[in-house]
Amino acid sequence: MNVIEVRGLRKNYGANKAVDGVDLSIAQGEIFALLGPNGAGKTTCVEILEGFRKRDSGDVTVLGIDPEVSGTGARDFRNRIGIVLQSTSDAGDLTVSETIAHFSGYYSKPRDPQEVINAVGLTEKKDALIRSLSGGQRRRLDVGLGIIGSPELLFLDEPTTGFDPEARRSFWALIRELQNSGSTILLTTHYLDEAEALADRVAVINRGKIIETSTPTNLGGRATSLARVQWEENGIMREELSAEPTAIVKRLSQQFTGEIPKLAVVRPTLEDIYIEMIGEKSGATE
Amino acid sequence: MNTLPSMLNLGIRRGGLEIRQFMRQRESVVFTLLFPLILLAIFGSVFKDTIAPGVTFSQYFVAGMIASGLVNSGFQQLAIVIPMERDFGSLKRLRGTPMPLASYFIGKTILVLAGMLIQVILLLAGGVIFFGLSMPTSASKWLTFAWLIVLGTACSTALGIAFSVVPKSGRGASAVVSPVVIILQFFSGVFFIFTQLPAWMQQVAAIFPLKWLCQGMRSVFLPDSFANSEVAHSWETGKTFAILLVWLVVGIFFSIRTFKWERS
Repeated sequence: MNVIEVRGLRKNYGANKAVDGVDLSIAQGEIFALLGPNGAGKTTCVEILEGFRKRDSGDVTVLGIDPEVSGTGARDFRNRIGIVLQSTSDAGDLTVSETIAHFSGYYSKPRDPQEVINAVGLTEKKDALIRSLSGGQRRRLDVGLGIIGSPELLFLDEPTTGFDPEARRSFWALIRELQNSGSTILLTTHYLDEAEALADRVAVINRGKIIETSTPTNLGGRATSLARVQWEENGIMREELSAEPTAIVKRLSQQFTGEIPKLAVVRPTLEDIYIEMIGEKSGATE
Repeated sequence: MNTLPSMLNLGIRRGGLEIRQFMRQRESVVFTLLFPLILLAIFGSVFKDTIAPGVTFSQYFVAGMIASGLVNSGFQQLAIVIPMERDFGSLKRLRGTPMPLASYFIGKTILVLAGMLIQVILLLAGGVIFFGLSMPTSASKWLTFAWLIVLGTACSTALGIAFSVVPKSGRGASAVVSPVVIILQFFSGVFFIFTQLPAWMQQVAAIFPLKWLCQGMRSVFLPDSFANSEVAHSWETGKTFAILLVWLVVGIFFSIRTFKWERS
């Protein structure tokens, strides 16, 4: 059974169709990225799945439960999920380990607080007050609080905003470890390289509708799209688009003796494809 | 396999955490706990008159300040802090966990009660040492004192949580909440002798809990002969209990019905 199963999800705010007939199936153990510009319906969609918002229509099950459940059912539901929200900025008069240990008390099968602190790379900061943490460290604490309950499903909303490149790499490694331990992860992000590095599948949402669901390598026909071959000839950069770049390179290697100056063969990046998809479907700038 | 911790258990743990957090905010600890003492020192030194046989104004004032303490540490504090927690996103984060709302409420109640007890001890000590306040003499007065503190704390907490939806933002909360409290204090006979206030003020005050808390505290700390100087020529203990209970129910009802986890 899929961890997330959504059919015909709709949500309007007045005349604005924030979510306009979304279907989604996310399998157990998958890292799934939801991409889309601001106001595309991404956040509304995720908040409905988290149980923060009520839908207007459609069928939604998350871990076999309707997220609109209330009472003890809601407690059981939240016991099995973890949520890392966009930004929290508490006054921060508690230390990292106090906070993690306290939150661990909310769950029925929490992870070991010390182990979580190590996993998110806050070992050296464990006795520091939250108010003294940097933005990236606070973000890692948010992630720690999201995974302390050993969630079967983890929601990550823009998790690495404000991270330096090194912190992002170690964060990605942490997410992959979580996946290896069996968790399913729904990620929303603005960073296309992040989606590419982490996600098994991505969906692009715009104007409340899912435009395409695919793997990062196949999205928007990326795998079969033309490659761009670039090189320098007589001091001028040249380029050619081709479905058979190898043939061009072969031709060039005969033409030049030795190295082909400044040779590069590039496929469109996920970002190129994404921008193209968003642009052509919405006609709007973001 | 429901092995989630109980609502009460989590509430108590939250209470401990809230107290720890509060104690680390040194400025607000000093301000909240010492401010009533400073007021007591000022009013007690300025108004030294005897207002009835064996009763000085400072004794009257201490009773009112203890009642105000309930409003300050409950209603005022929560109606300001909760909108801030909402703005910071900490409430939304809690909502995403299996911790029930009731545990959050219990935690806040424990925080208020702790602050209240410290305040009462300081005020009593100050009143007894400097202003000739006499401690309650009979068991029944101590009993009244005890239920006034418990019911008053609960009432003040519930109304503070309920009122926390009124300020639009955490930053503006203090400006919305503090005037309400100060006006209520003036109307309810904290700074002046209640029976000397204009009748319309007395009538407005009689709707709200603070007037009854003040009167209840006077019944504990002033000699019984003073009952005759009250509006109804009696302490109206039963009525006080009933009115506080009604406000408690109103507060709990609105806390549950209108509580907002995130900024709209």
